[in-house]
Amino acid sequence: MAFINFIKPKNQLEEGGRTAAPVQEDAGEPEKTCPNCRKAIPLSRLWANHLVCPCGCHFRMNARQRLAMVTDPGSFRELYADLTAGNPLDFPGYGEKLATVRNASGEKEGVICGTAAIDGQKCCLFVMDPYFMMGSMGSVVGEKITRLFEYAVERRLSVVGFTVSGGARMQEGLVSLMQMAKTSAAVKRHSDAGLLYVAVLTDPTTGGVTASFAMEADILLAEPGATIGFAGARVIEQTTRKSLPKGFQTAESVLQHGFLDSIVPRSGQKQMLSELLRLHNGGV
Amino acid sequence: MSQTPYSIVKKARDNTRPTGLDYIHNLFQGFVELHGDRRFGDDAAIVGGIARLEGLPVTVIAIEKGRTAKERSFRNFGAPNPEGYRKALRLMKQAEKFGRPVICFIDTSGACCGVEAEERGQGLAIAENLMEMTTLCVPVISVLIGEGGSGGALALGVADRVWMLENAVYSVISPEGCASILWKDAAKAETAAASLKLTAQDAKDLGVIDEILSEENLGKQPFYQGLRSRLSRTLTELAGDEDLVGSRYARFRRMGAQFLQG
Repeated sequence: MAFINFIKPKNQLEEGGRTAAPVQEDAGEPEKTCPNCRKAIPLSRLWANHLVCPCGCHFRMNARQRLAMVTDPGSFRELYADLTAGNPLDFPGYGEKLATVRNASGEKEGVICGTAAIDGQKCCLFVMDPYFMMGSMGSVVGEKITRLFEYAVERRLSVVGFTVSGGARMQEGLVSLMQMAKTSAAVKRHSDAGLLYVAVLTDPTTGGVTASFAMEADILLAEPGATIGFAGARVIEQTTRKSLPKGFQTAESVLQHGFLDSIVPRSGQKQMLSELLRLHNGGV
Repeated sequence: MSQTPYSIVKKARDNTRPTGLDYIHNLFQGFVELHGDRRFGDDAAIVGGIARLEGLPVTVIAIEKGRTAKERSFRNFGAPNPEGYRKALRLMKQAEKFGRPVICFIDTSGACCGVEAEERGQGLAIAENLMEMTTLCVPVISVLIGEGGSGGALALGVADRVWMLENAVYSVISPEGCASILWKDAAKAETAAASLKLTAQDAKDLGVIDEILSEENLGKQPFYQGLRSRLSRTLTELAGDEDLVGSRYARFRRMGAQFLQG
């Protein structure tokens, strides 16, 4: 069925800039209304708290912010940063769309890959970006993830991955569908080499990414409240004409159904990841 | 007679086309159906079992849409649930254990879209098939006989050889779904069908499939005879590949590489 079910409103592009705008202390501080508790939260307070509202609601976060949050300062070395692909199918409007998104996000593609240390534990790391076409997977995202797992096999490193995705990128058609098989093959090789892969599923992780490398990790973590599923909730509602159960496709319900290892809020992610890496790296 | 991509989509969906079970019964002898995923249930949208192909025991797995209204409802219109994919994987692992090649027939508009399918891990079921198929130690051939809808089709399509009937389609999303997301207008499906490059010729040009199968005599004995000997020949060829799993990795590793820059 439909693969790309979480299309964000266009205006979210603008707020997805590379770094936080410096907050002006004097003139009335900008605020953001929490979708959960409906309270207006000063932006500076949100930034200071990894974009988590005091009520616990986790706001969307761009890939660079996540990198800064979980890696040791100065430890991240980016790989395959310049990899791009034009418009494989000459899909109408895709070239222009890519140009706009690149401008607005400051990123070349929807995933950032590299090596890093998390509390001293070296690993390969990928972080998807919700502000780059909702982290959709096309040929570049698929290739970067694949290369990272291959690199991790060569160097015998664990992989930590943060997923956020609307699914396969439909503007790349079959080419994007095939990335599901390609990334799965690389994850399998990494797994067969006896190496650890931890995925952190963030809001939303859906479609072809859920049905490939997101769910293929040895240990599956998720952020509180994250939407995790294959088909989109709206599509399911329209197809089945039944109302959805409360909490459907939230991390909490996915955990209850047995498909996640743990839900970890941002404040605890670095510690949890470094501990898991330590447990598998034979360190102390 | 000129065909548009969307007219091919309609042909691929036509319910007079042979369905999965037609292929099973016409290509193989002595089909023994094996049911159930040993986890939750038996999914009628995926039929699997053991049969002989010109004497050789093979594992056969097919998505079955059904033809009459009653059959279609029983088969869930060929939209598999997680237990269907898990049954398929169970049978593939069984084939690996006994050294039998695997032949899959794909015909689905997509994996079942529903609350229960989600709650039983549709995404994980597909992901596990993709992952496990990449290292299956026996030859795998997948044939797209009608609709190849997205991840739900790919879950049986990580094969050493992937073939498509000339009027089958293979796509990341239905043209209607694509049109309604991009242009908020399902009526633009015709444009979407052309843009998605979903025909057999497109798939071949993109390097996604290996061969296009002619539909001359479709559903008649000469058609099945031709396909049967092609399957036999190819299995013999694959049996000679000493690094089957490595070749399969390379096959999928290439996907999209021709478009990369930098």
